[in-house]
Amino acid sequence: MPEQNQYQVKTLKIDGKEVAAAEHQTILEVARENGIDIPTLCHFDGLPSVGACRMCVVEVKGNNKLLPACITQAQEGMEVTAHSAELAEYRKLIVELLLTERNHICAVCVSAGHCELQAMAQKLGVNHVTLPYLHIKCTIDGSHKRFVSDGNRCILCGRCVRVCSEVEGAHTWDVTGRGINSRMITDLGEGWGHSETCTSCGKCVSVCPVGALVEKGRSVSEMTKPNFLPYLLQMREEAQ
Amino acid sequence: MQTIRIETITRVEGHGKITIRLDDKGVVEDAHLHVLQFRGFEKFCIGRPFYEMPSLTARICGICPVSHLLAGAKACDAIMGLRIPETAEMLRRVVHLAQVAQSHALSFFHLSSPDFLMGWDADPAERNVLGMAAEHPDQVVSGIRLRKWGQHVIELLGGKRIHTPWIVNGGVSAPLTVAVRDEILASIPEALAIATRTLEFFKHSMEHLAEEVDTFASFPTMYMTIGRKDGNLCLYGSRRRHEGWLRFADADGNIVADNIHPRDYADYVGESVDPASYMKAPYYKPLGFPMGMYRVGPAARLNMARQCGTPLADAALNEFRARYGEILQSSFHNHYARLIEIVFCIERMQQILEQQGILDTDIRAEAKANEPRGVGIIEAPRGTLIHEYKVDSNGMITGANLIVATAHNTLAMNRGLRQVADKYISGREVREGLLNRMEGLIRCFDPCLSCATHADGTMDLEVEVVDSVGQQIESVTR
Repeated sequence: MPEQNQYQVKTLKIDGKEVAAAEHQTILEVARENGIDIPTLCHFDGLPSVGACRMCVVEVKGNNKLLPACITQAQEGMEVTAHSAELAEYRKLIVELLLTERNHICAVCVSAGHCELQAMAQKLGVNHVTLPYLHIKCTIDGSHKRFVSDGNRCILCGRCVRVCSEVEGAHTWDVTGRGINSRMITDLGEGWGHSETCTSCGKCVSVCPVGALVEKGRSVSEMTKPNFLPYLLQMREEAQ
Repeated sequence: MQTIRIETITRVEGHGKITIRLDDKGVVEDAHLHVLQFRGFEKFCIGRPFYEMPSLTARICGICPVSHLLAGAKACDAIMGLRIPETAEMLRRVVHLAQVAQSHALSFFHLSSPDFLMGWDADPAERNVLGMAAEHPDQVVSGIRLRKWGQHVIELLGGKRIHTPWIVNGGVSAPLTVAVRDEILASIPEALAIATRTLEFFKHSMEHLAEEVDTFASFPTMYMTIGRKDGNLCLYGSRRRHEGWLRFADADGNIVADNIHPRDYADYVGESVDPASYMKAPYYKPLGFPMGMYRVGPAARLNMARQCGTPLADAALNEFRARYGEILQSSFHNHYARLIEIVFCIERMQQILEQQGILDTDIRAEAKANEPRGVGIIEAPRGTLIHEYKVDSNGMITGANLIVATAHNTLAMNRGLRQVADKYISGREVREGLLNRMEGLIRCFDPCLSCATHADGTMDLEVEVVDSVGQQIESVTR
């Protein structure tokens, strides 16, 4: 009987704190409602979560796997550990893996100072890397009139795919390849400027957490991204 | 045959070594400067958006990043095919003047003056800025204060002392505020007092440095700089006023090529590759290699300038010329020329900051890439700096050629080394003080061999004398 479940309140513990969750709420949502900060990179308020970055992994008692808080629904009686020394190390390792895979040289990046990856590294205390740099060479697509896509700075969070598909409805962006060969593409890979579906709305640029999707002509540190999406979604909801 | 190697050269920016080859009788056969570092900027910038180039190439150097930022930004302006707003140009000039002053202060006080004040043959353990602090604290304090002043002006304008993100394609990224302008103007009298006091001091020191003037790269060469329409000293070169075009002079100061548009630089500047060094050796193309040797830098600029264009600097230049002639043939005069230029920079900065329009907020022009190629040229502290970029239709870099000031002086530095070696090095005895003069010759040019700096003079200096089959005969380690 779904009508009843909709109002069913679940009780659980996160980091020892007793919290209450509504039906369909994720661990991340419940944690944030209760002032417990779980770090995220691919999650974006207003977009469906996909659990791509694994920054939000938590421990759940009785489960021997780490679970991503952004896509794991809160359950009655759950005992969640969101912060432990081990989890902190895992999260630092994730950031380190991201920093070493492609080219994240903050000093010359247009998004330096306004970058979520950079901020996360600072927040978690990742002040050096121990793994060898891979420096995978990716394409820089400058074919669009207003925007540039620099795959070298992409962390494959998929926010651009989700916002383009779910909010704009264009689905210009997608991922091609697998694993370490994954790359963002527009349409069937013919170049952003030649895309027939792109409406040039700029939502993908707005939600990109790093310097991968940026406005053309921006110099180092100049790429600031106003977060208009929550406002846009709120307006739509009110209109409905 | 013997070879003497000075490795690594101390009190210069970057890593280099000197080799001196002697024949069996101990007579100098050849002397050569080698730059040991490979940087690769021209390669790894390919594929980047053109407007990222100023900040990317700024990383070439930590001493004069402003020079690379400005040359890069000018090349970007050319690619966009526009003239930047007048206020933006004024602000770029102010930051450039601050940078030239601080870089010259570093060269004179920190790197070179230990030789003049402590003596060429002083104990290397003392012959550095720390030794200077003990024996000549006033000079050290002056140097530090002057450099700090220049760096502080850069920071006030650009938010950062090094690698400021403020200098961008199309202008600068933020206007000048009244508070910053007034703070800089208030700091100018003290900076000017230090500069003029040091100039006065060095003027008297020159009386004891006649031998160095005669020996340190004292020979006729051509000179190159960028020029203004009035013929005065030109450091930035306004695109708005169609200034900053290249000019060459012969050894007597006669202009032999003038009004060379930056885009045409390659018609006049050839680049020879030296297999023993990572630094190329540019030459004046019409005369060919190596006949087309020319020099750039402070002395070359003053040789080619009618006047500086500010009162105190002009007075100093006139006095200098009255004493040493219109053409400063010896590269040792770079030290004196640097001090004159510091005075000029401070005076000119005051003039620009007091001009109408300096506080205007129209400070950036925007455009896409409209030209397939752009060249930006400025006078960096060490001499003419050329940035050339080529782009595709999307504005992505397809080629880059950077000729830094130090490279222009390669041929002259090698010939100067030979001149100093001929005078001071012979036989199998290798005395440290004599080898220090070889380094001193290099320091006259204030070469920036890479972005690294080793200003404290504490790096190991190893000199080896080896025979023709590489057997070590003698080794002197500092």
